[in-house]
Amino acid sequence: MEALTRFLNNFLPDDLVTFILILLKIALIVVPVILLAAYTTYAERKIIGFMQVRIGPNRVGPLGLLQPIADTCKLIFKEIVIPTHSNRFLFLSAPLLSMGPAFTAWAVIPFSEGMVLANINAGLLFLLALSSLGVYGIILAGWASNSKYAQLGAMRVGAQMISYEIAMGFALVGVLMAAGSLNMNDIVKAQSGSIFNWFIWPLFGLFLVYFISGIAETNRAPFDVAEGESEIVAGFHVEYSGMAMAIFFIAEYANMILIAVLTSILFLGGWLSPLQGLDVLTQLPGLGLFFGNGLHWLALKACIFLFLFLWFRATFPRYRYDQIMRLGWKVLIPVTLVWIFAEGIAIVIGWQPWLF
Amino acid sequence: MGINFKYYLKAFSFYELINGLIVTNKYLTARKITIKYPEQKTPLSPRFRGHHALRRYPNGEERCIACKLCEAVCPALAITIDSEERPDGTRRTTRYEIDLFKCIYCGYCEEACPVDAIVETNIFEYHFEKQGENIQTKEKLLAIGDKYEAEIAKMKATDAPYR
Repeated sequence: MEALTRFLNNFLPDDLVTFILILLKIALIVVPVILLAAYTTYAERKIIGFMQVRIGPNRVGPLGLLQPIADTCKLIFKEIVIPTHSNRFLFLSAPLLSMGPAFTAWAVIPFSEGMVLANINAGLLFLLALSSLGVYGIILAGWASNSKYAQLGAMRVGAQMISYEIAMGFALVGVLMAAGSLNMNDIVKAQSGSIFNWFIWPLFGLFLVYFISGIAETNRAPFDVAEGESEIVAGFHVEYSGMAMAIFFIAEYANMILIAVLTSILFLGGWLSPLQGLDVLTQLPGLGLFFGNGLHWLALKACIFLFLFLWFRATFPRYRYDQIMRLGWKVLIPVTLVWIFAEGIAIVIGWQPWLF
Repeated sequence: MGINFKYYLKAFSFYELINGLIVTNKYLTARKITIKYPEQKTPLSPRFRGHHALRRYPNGEERCIACKLCEAVCPALAITIDSEERPDGTRRTTRYEIDLFKCIYCGYCEEACPVDAIVETNIFEYHFEKQGENIQTKEKLLAIGDKYEAEIAKMKATDAPYR
């Protein structure tokens, strides 16, 4: 990176160089995220297929590995139908509004030691704000479509996301109390030491609440009443076709990956190796690089949570609307409140198990 | 009235959810039962009812004697037969047509036929490219019969003990 900066400085003004470098970094994050989102659809179809004793897509390329690319090509060449009495401007901006926050949130994710686009001090707050913004795209999509199914789906998703936002926020409060910082990098570093310093142990309840509300936030099964095929066709994106619909899907999968990565950062120590502290392993000549901290541990942890997303979808039937509301308001929020209260007392009396 | 501890214990330990997850996880690695169709095919019964064919005797004479039993038994009225007497005094069809759009592949024509002339083969992969191709004429049916005679005879022989 520094060599590139020096090279560009030879013939470009400083500000432009900074701008280009930031654009490069953004591309370095966004392109893999889009590719990952595409291949998450493949993984989803394969894994759910396997769980239903089918074999999933296997026609395009070896093992169907080119299926996401074929799907993308198909969607790019499809017509985007705009319903007659819809609001054209809002109709077309809604997909972008849902994709924007899904990608912007990646700016504060620390992928590894110092590997972060924007190391801001209010990282956690930034994430919370952006995950709330995502709901606008969906509500606008439902409203601009001028369709009762889309409208119903949007109303459901609005209510659901706002409810689960609270539980999610409280779970994050627990993390920030334990870490003592809103900076994502500091949160990861606060969990260093050994596997027992990860926040998942003292904050196990909050971890569960966070992941459950994360599933609800991304409108994934079993909380996918927003889509509810059997009730309201496809929910908020019934009227969308072609690339406009594909953007909604990219946003959904990017959000899924984001929640998986965030869960591993906040509760499982992000890029910290589970083997740290075991110097015998981390000091090994070649393998030490693998056993040590690094991006691969974050990827591995995120993959586990992504698999859980798909596993849940293959297993659980959809919640009824009132059951979703009951779970959100009457179970998850009280659990988080009690947990935060207990955590606060523990901090006050100086018993902080995560600081061993 | 009292707090149902067992219920809460079950709910908060995700007992039933985990049971469900274990079931789906078991099938994740289970042997898949999908048949990869164009490469693999399921075995066909000798009684399989696919595309029709008209057969000939080994000496080359067509079997059909235009008795019209198949036309009479056909529940979908898919078969149309015209007949006339040949110079040698035998009765043969001049027209034998099956409308495959009407046909329901019930196999009654095959059962009704006294001379095993009309049969349903195990050909099930066929398509039409133009309007009107759905009506299979006598020539086409005889051609299919000639082409697959060996298979048809084998199927008939396999099934014969059970008839």
